[in-house]
Amino acid sequence: MIPRIYIPGDSGALALGAEKVAKAIEKELAERGVEAKIVRNGSRGAYFLEPMVEVATAEGRVAYGPVKPSDVKSLFDSGFLKGAPHKRWLGAPDKIPFLAKQTRLTFARCGVIDPLSLDNYKAHGGLKGLHNAVAMAPADIVKQVTESGLRGRGGAGFPTGIKWKTVLDTASDRKYIVCNADEGDSATFADRMIMEGDPFVLIEGMAIAGIATGATKGFVYIRSEYPHAVATMNKAVEIARKHGVLGVNVLGSPNAFDMEIRVGAGAYVCGEETSLLNSLEGKRGVVRAKPPLPAIQGLFGKPTVINNVISLASVPIIMDKGAAFYKDFGMGRSRGTIPIQIAGNVKHGGLFETAFGLTLGEIVDDIGGGTASGRPVKAVQVGGPLGAYFPRALFDTPFDYEAFAAKDGLIGHAGLTVFDDTADMLKQARFAMEFCAIESCGKCTPCRIGSTRGVEVLDKVASGIEAEKNLALVTDLCNTMKFGSLCALGGFTPYPVMSSITHFPEDFKPAPTRVAAE
Amino acid sequence: MPMQPASTEIASRAAAIIDELKDLEGPLLPILHEIQEEFGHVPQAALSVIADGLNLSRAEVHGVVTFYHDFRARPAGRHVLKLCQAEACQSMGSDAVAAKVKQLLGIGFHETTRDGSVTLEPVYCLGLCACSPSAMLDGEVIGRLDDEKIEEIVAEVRS
Repeated sequence: MIPRIYIPGDSGALALGAEKVAKAIEKELAERGVEAKIVRNGSRGAYFLEPMVEVATAEGRVAYGPVKPSDVKSLFDSGFLKGAPHKRWLGAPDKIPFLAKQTRLTFARCGVIDPLSLDNYKAHGGLKGLHNAVAMAPADIVKQVTESGLRGRGGAGFPTGIKWKTVLDTASDRKYIVCNADEGDSATFADRMIMEGDPFVLIEGMAIAGIATGATKGFVYIRSEYPHAVATMNKAVEIARKHGVLGVNVLGSPNAFDMEIRVGAGAYVCGEETSLLNSLEGKRGVVRAKPPLPAIQGLFGKPTVINNVISLASVPIIMDKGAAFYKDFGMGRSRGTIPIQIAGNVKHGGLFETAFGLTLGEIVDDIGGGTASGRPVKAVQVGGPLGAYFPRALFDTPFDYEAFAAKDGLIGHAGLTVFDDTADMLKQARFAMEFCAIESCGKCTPCRIGSTRGVEVLDKVASGIEAEKNLALVTDLCNTMKFGSLCALGGFTPYPVMSSITHFPEDFKPAPTRVAAE
Repeated sequence: MPMQPASTEIASRAAAIIDELKDLEGPLLPILHEIQEEFGHVPQAALSVIADGLNLSRAEVHGVVTFYHDFRARPAGRHVLKLCQAEACQSMGSDAVAAKVKQLLGIGFHETTRDGSVTLEPVYCLGLCACSPSAMLDGEVIGRLDDEKIEEIVAEVRS
């Protein structure tokens, strides 16, 4: 058997030099006249170890990382093709503590398989869920997804099965499945990783959604900042079509389902479901008022399931192993697993899939290993640009939709940005308003005007102009934005702003006092 | 009045793209992406052709083009450098990275160097948040930017 070398083709690994490592390995193989097969897998998500190169040995896979091109020669010299020791040796990948502690359901194959090998996908349990689904009545599929307790992983946490039931029960000549892959929140990269590392699981999930609701056409709307994910998904759809996973007879059944990959154009607000639908229709990505719900009048006015990538990618395992299996993980009303993305100023950054319920402190300190800079953690923003900043005092909050809501926060798409004690929370609050102003679609006044006024008022606070009065004004403005905006962009921008003011009041004191206090 | 040759050429190349894509469901964004790919920007002369092809008003097409950050009204420099300025990168010093790049290139965001070599743009998240601060140079991703990498990038776009 010729040796197999796995070098991630994931964007994160590429950003850390995986391509140069691959070139160096190819060159070394050629020079030494050694035959080996190079597989460009996805990433397992331990980005502090990327580029992580793995070799398949008789005893299983052995990982090395982070590998630099300059390490390649010595890797060959020390016999890494047989898994021999080297200063970059990490041992069996699933024994690496960061990975060993995870519960991988949705990401079970990500980083393990060749993303574009359907055979590889099937050998690792792929398509079992779809095979089960084609033999079931649509209502039974919907029932199974409902019973699993799966909630929308995009951020809103709406029960997926209930959304599907509405679409199933709405009669129409045409229905759609739309996958929201407009992953614009900073600190989130789970959608990107799965699309680059295990694209067939998303295709399988969408096909199941189609069969369950009577939709025959799917769209994946991917942001243009993800060119690698777009390329991988396009290739995967072609392959799936060629092998009858998509088409007029899905897996030989009478069910028809096909899909297209669409690319966004740099508008953050298109991650909001109704503006995404407008964008897909070729319009300005302006938010629509609800009702009507997209499940009743969605894309082109037809009943539409619109789900996040991770929600859809979690469906195949539910259809394979059953609702009870999935529901068994988690706490309270947050069932199953969640891919937590640990990012920013953190030592062990990456994707950590686990059952709901870990505390924020466990995630940041134990799994993340504290800050990359080695300084104390000051704040953690949970849930992207629209999520609240949590201080250490709230580190006992368990990772659960309701627990975070109770502390005036949200888990959103489960991304965490860690900041050390050099962070200026007034600056972060101002950025939240500025970002909202840049990205506002302009349809509703609280968001369009409020964000600009928010920047101005916070600038006054920073300059020490009537700080107390202006902070009261910001609070009032946030209240208006929260309750008066049409969608989560204007409605949730108050979270980062108000949490900064509430938990870090010292950063909002007038400049002379701040200097005196130091 | 005879049309300028440039706009007739734009019109015919745009018409070919529209012809190829107009049967898609919701074809406008795919068409605009293709047009930008073809011309490096979305030329004014293409707007009325698109409007005619899709039975829209020119104002509607203009509205869509100007809504999205990606579509350019004029061509970019030979290279496009996007620096992530979102929170995860902020926590790792993206402000300082941007200041240094701006100083080395002598331009600010949304500007192109006078020699046309590079356009500098902010981007709000590249999904490389565990490898911050990050950037994208002509579609290639770069993580954990430091002084050395910044100088390499600047040298590359200048060469």
